[in-house]
Amino acid sequence: MTMLQGFQIALHALRLNPLRSILTMLGIVIGVASIVTVFAIGSGAQLRLQEQIRSIGANVLMINPGAVYQGGVRLKDGSKLTMTESDVQAILEQIPEIQAAAGSIAGTAQVIHESKNWNTTINGTTTGHFMVRDWQLATGRYFSGSEEAGAGKVVILGSTVAHELFAPGEDPIGAQIRIMKVPLEVVGILDRKGPAQDDVAFVPLTTAKLRFLGSASNINRDSVAYIIAKVAADGQMAGARTEIENLLRQRHRIPAGQEDDFKVQDPAAAMEAQQGAIRTVALLLVAIASVSLLVGGISIMNVMIVSVTERTREIGIRRALGGRMRDIRLQFLCEALVLCLLGGAIGVGAGVTLSMTVARMAGWITSIDGQAIGLALAFSIATGLIFGFYPAHKASKLSPIEALKTE
Amino acid sequence: MTAPQPLISLQSVSRTYRADGVAVTAVRNVSFDIERGEIVAVMGPSGSGKSTLMNMIGLLDLPSEGALYLEGADVADLSEDHRSSLRARSIGFVFQSYNLLARHNAIENVALPLVYCGISRKERLARAEQSLESVGMVHRAHHFPRQLSGGEQQRVAIARALIASPLIVLADEPTGALDSRTGAEILALFAALNRTGQTIVMITHDPGIATQCRRTIRLHDGALVADETLAPIPPERSAAP
Ligand SMILES: Nc1ncnc2c1ncn2[C@@H]1O[C@H](COP(=O)(O)OP(=O)(O)OP(=O)(O)O)[C@@H](O)[C@H]1O
Ligand SMILES: [Mg+2]
Repeated sequence: MTMLQGFQIALHALRLNPLRSILTMLGIVIGVASIVTVFAIGSGAQLRLQEQIRSIGANVLMINPGAVYQGGVRLKDGSKLTMTESDVQAILEQIPEIQAAAGSIAGTAQVIHESKNWNTTINGTTTGHFMVRDWQLATGRYFSGSEEAGAGKVVILGSTVAHELFAPGEDPIGAQIRIMKVPLEVVGILDRKGPAQDDVAFVPLTTAKLRFLGSASNINRDSVAYIIAKVAADGQMAGARTEIENLLRQRHRIPAGQEDDFKVQDPAAAMEAQQGAIRTVALLLVAIASVSLLVGGISIMNVMIVSVTERTREIGIRRALGGRMRDIRLQFLCEALVLCLLGGAIGVGAGVTLSMTVARMAGWITSIDGQAIGLALAFSIATGLIFGFYPAHKASKLSPIEALKTE
Repeated sequence: MTAPQPLISLQSVSRTYRADGVAVTAVRNVSFDIERGEIVAVMGPSGSGKSTLMNMIGLLDLPSEGALYLEGADVADLSEDHRSSLRARSIGFVFQSYNLLARHNAIENVALPLVYCGISRKERLARAEQSLESVGMVHRAHHFPRQLSGGEQQRVAIARALIASPLIVLADEPTGALDSRTGAEILALFAALNRTGQTIVMITHDPGIATQCRRTIRLHDGALVADETLAPIPPERSAAP
């Protein structure tokens, strides 16, 4: 008997009992679907983080406000903007490892161009911001010195905002848009950096303070919400960080022993750590999903054992008519394999659909690669072979005479 | 070398079952030959070892003692796989309870032994149709066993036994489940087959059926008690005892 005949007999047998066949496959379907989904979501999350790490730029330090004390009471981090534009100047001038630095304040607002509008992040900063993040222009120019100094009514758009406000083919450069009733001229459009980064509009820091965000009570004329700084070389990150900390403590007159009112962070390093965590969680989930594959395998074994018992007489007849032990084994092994392969294929379909639905509904990035699908299918074949072997072996070992006597 | 070998030769064959430490000898020191073209009835009371003997002739079972030769070859020397393929090609079984596969139709049932001979599906079905034709059942080729009467099922089972042109057809009480008229029809079918040269061994309880066979072997308590060849003796075997 050939493998092909084995599969034909298996399909014939499984078709006779469709409900049972489907129920038997269900465990494998669920197992494979969850493995594919977890893989897709896990690798999607990793892709997203990698993109974020790339978008921050290489060798970037980020300085955020820290805890402050007011009348001996510790206020929570960021409750007061502790950094100023002169801090940015000092970092740039006094620390040789720093190539570029910029302070930013940010908020959200609606941007309007003719009949189109879009809610986005408004970031007030200096041209240094783009240097720190290695962020090139797709078209147009950065802010000029006089615009930065004199609160110029100009704006540089991220590609998402440009896409939302302007029709394809329309040239945004020179166009007038409005943010909180203030008309601004579009002077530049930034390159794409990633979906999470491109949804932003940059204005000069002075413009932001004077015209939009300055009214917020916690902003005084000189302060910035955060500072980003670019370090010249990878090996200088730790040194530059210590120097910034020392400089800011000195400038903010923080006595020895008291907590800093700022925090210097290496976002890329933090995200890499996060990426490791995601990988661990994803592996854990795959392990859990594999358990359902195992349960699926056991249910196949269970049904196969029942089926062998039910079909003892058939086995006896086949043996009497010349079926060899290995023919009987092949027949039942093929049944288990068909169940697993079919279940695996349905599971892959379900997993792909599920992760695409999740991607659409939750807005997550998912990534389905052939490797994960191949792995899931290989798993289900292995499950079929492992859990199908015992019942098939049992069937082949039946004595034909005894088997013919059973009812 | 030149003396023709008997088709089947049993030499002091015994078969002992051991169940829970109790030994039951179902067949005891039995010796006889079966020549090509014979039709042999095996008789004996229930439990006398007829089916056990039949299983050994059909290579489903092996003697505990003694030897059984098929065309001169000791079947105990053959591998399990070899005996299986001999069952597919050289032995045709007919059972009292037909033993058709309930979930396959008549023609698929008839074709089944050829699956184990490595024959393509197309040829299997063509030959199964011929075989059904020879038992007059071709008009029921696509019926399932439950849609057939007992006599019809037994005809399909006989077609299945014949499909690989076996050396020998072994029938264990083939008419036992049928009424006497249908039984007589089946018997006539066997007689017609035998006239074309088919070797047949048939277990039966019915002395009327046994007398229609030229030779009757009687068992009692596993032992051979009679081996009678009745007239008319065919001319070519007239020299035999
Ligand atoms: N697997 C077995 N284990 C133990 N004893 C067995 C086994 N099979 C048969 N026997 C015994 O061997 C003896 C012969 O059995 P067998 O089936 O050959 O009889 P039979 O002549 O075919 O009977 P019947 O006419 O009722 O079919 C019986 O006593 C039976 O109990
Ligand atoms: Mg019997």
